[in-house]
Amino acid sequence: MNIHEYQAKEIFRKYGIPIPLGEVATTPEEAEAIARKFGTTVVVKAQVHAGGRGKAGGVKLARTPEDAKSVAAQILKLTIKDLPVKKVLVTPAADIASEAYVGIIVDRASKRAVFMASPAGGIDIEEVAAKTPDKILRHPVDPRYGLQAFEAMQLAFFLYSDMKQVRPAAKVLQQLYTAFSENGGSLAEINPLVTTPTGDVVALDAKMVIDDNELDRRPDIAALRDESAEDPSEVEARKANLTFIKLDGNVGCIVNGAGLAMATMDLVKYYGGDPANFLDIGGSSNPEKVVAALKIITSDPNVKAILFNIFGGITRTDDVANGIVTAIKQNPLKVPLVIRLTGTNEEIAVKILKENGLSAMTDMDEAVKKAVALATGGKAA
Amino acid sequence: MSIFVDKGTRLIVQGITGRDGSFHAKQMMEYGTQLVGGVTPGKGGQKFEGKAPIFNTVVEAVKNTGANATVIYVPPPFAADAMMEAADAGIPFIVCITEGVPVLDMTRVYPFVKEKGSRLLGPNCPGLISPGQSKVGIIPGRICTPGPVGLVSRSGTLTYEVVYQMTRAKIGQTTCVGIGGDPINGTNFIECLHAFENDRATEAVVMIGEIGGTDEQEAARFVREKMKKPVVGFIAGQTAPPGRRMGHAGAIISGSAGTAAEKMQAFEENGVGVAKRPIDVVDLLKRAMR
Repeated sequence: MNIHEYQAKEIFRKYGIPIPLGEVATTPEEAEAIARKFGTTVVVKAQVHAGGRGKAGGVKLARTPEDAKSVAAQILKLTIKDLPVKKVLVTPAADIASEAYVGIIVDRASKRAVFMASPAGGIDIEEVAAKTPDKILRHPVDPRYGLQAFEAMQLAFFLYSDMKQVRPAAKVLQQLYTAFSENGGSLAEINPLVTTPTGDVVALDAKMVIDDNELDRRPDIAALRDESAEDPSEVEARKANLTFIKLDGNVGCIVNGAGLAMATMDLVKYYGGDPANFLDIGGSSNPEKVVAALKIITSDPNVKAILFNIFGGITRTDDVANGIVTAIKQNPLKVPLVIRLTGTNEEIAVKILKENGLSAMTDMDEAVKKAVALATGGKAA
Repeated sequence: MSIFVDKGTRLIVQGITGRDGSFHAKQMMEYGTQLVGGVTPGKGGQKFEGKAPIFNTVVEAVKNTGANATVIYVPPPFAADAMMEAADAGIPFIVCITEGVPVLDMTRVYPFVKEKGSRLLGPNCPGLISPGQSKVGIIPGRICTPGPVGLVSRSGTLTYEVVYQMTRAKIGQTTCVGIGGDPINGTNFIECLHAFENDRATEAVVMIGEIGGTDEQEAARFVREKMKKPVVGFIAGQTAPPGRRMGHAGAIISGSAGTAAEKMQAFEENGVGVAKRPIDVVDLLKRAMR
């Protein structure tokens, strides 16, 4: 789960990380009032679940409260990577002497949380990593002991040489690790970690991603979810326990299992079509899930044909058939439907479909070909 | 012959009285797996289906049944503990089916299981099956048939699809292994490839990967450097959109975006036959085994 910068900053602040003041505004007037309260030049930052905010014009400096109002008005009209900006963070501008990067992520290869630190922080950190990998220090953390003081010092010495900065930076790293592990993070990042002209070390930005699997046992963190910042169809899918990602094509795909769902999309493309979405109804399917899935798919006006690809294992294909029948009775389809199902309780499923005037195929390639033909206006293959 | 499980596998089920655990325990018994017992705290002394004894703890189950493998169906918040309990009880082969185990839990489980000397498969995996011998997990038994091809996959239902296509084409399997799709899992592609290379009955191997990470690329290099048996592969996610990435850390850490194109190229460069569609696996195998 993504959380906003201001939410990540609140968490980091709780762990003692030095974070500048800041308040959230949802209107230009609020932004103006906050800027007036701070009485200094402020930065107005879009709060949106997308990277590259700065480059998209979502981060701007404002010298006066009136400035803050007009800048906030501009930013609140933006859409960054398809996501509308609904909130801005207003924070006093800081004088910057240097910018560093620190981040922590769970690494597949070492099977541990791994720290990364670079003295070359800022917006182009990925380029730094690609072109000058020696400017990035990686350090895996033993989960049994956490980030020890000497490890934090090693990392901090990679960033700074002045002890006045090394010590506070080491402290920030330990605080960041604790914030990460105690809140079920899969990513925590400060970019940039800056030094001010007076020598202070301050976290100017904050990012945190929470492992979705942690949310059940962390209701306070789960409550940070901002549904207004997510794609509405993806919100609806999550509520129905479906994994859904909207794409631009015209063949709606409903599949059980992520791997098979991706392979189905690939096959749609292979046969000359374009998938409209990724949708995984998951393992133990019930008819309601199928109803919800169809509702989401049919709300996309681009969809010209719908393809079910179900390989029953844990998923019972008769559950899926019942779901399809129920959904169609509630809401007759306006586009053609191709059903491929095989596996657990296949005979029952086929019977249910037949009784309701539907038919099913057993071969994946044939079903995909047919769906593509229907979506592109050609005759069924 | 086969890898990891065979006729001699003596299996217990952790979470045997739960909804998923009991359903699949029955299926495994029907398939012919030697299911020697189960564990559900508080239900010790009862019997499953009037046959398999249920114990309160894994250590008791091992003492009384001589189990050498376990399969875990407990809910996500308790799965990490179940894996560690099994390793601590000395079970050499642990399969965790549970989906949704927090990844930070796995950073603790993995070194613990390693230190105890056990092999972990999963979590979030369909388990494995050595057709005609033993099924551990949830792979439907009737889509498999005994034969000379080993299969290892990160996916669940996509594995079924490929196995089903193979079985329809009369290409049987030594063992089908689903390693699971979580970021941290117990057994990776390379360990399975290594086991298949050493298994006398396996003549060729199918490897099914997905976008994300670099495991498939490393496995492809292993094939070229360490394997004599032919390997063919498929990668799902050629049309997957790049995710809305938030931080930079993911790309920095792996130095790779983990795209399907990247993985397929690694396959090609290292002599792993690349299937464009799942069905193409069949032809590639036929050619490789000629």
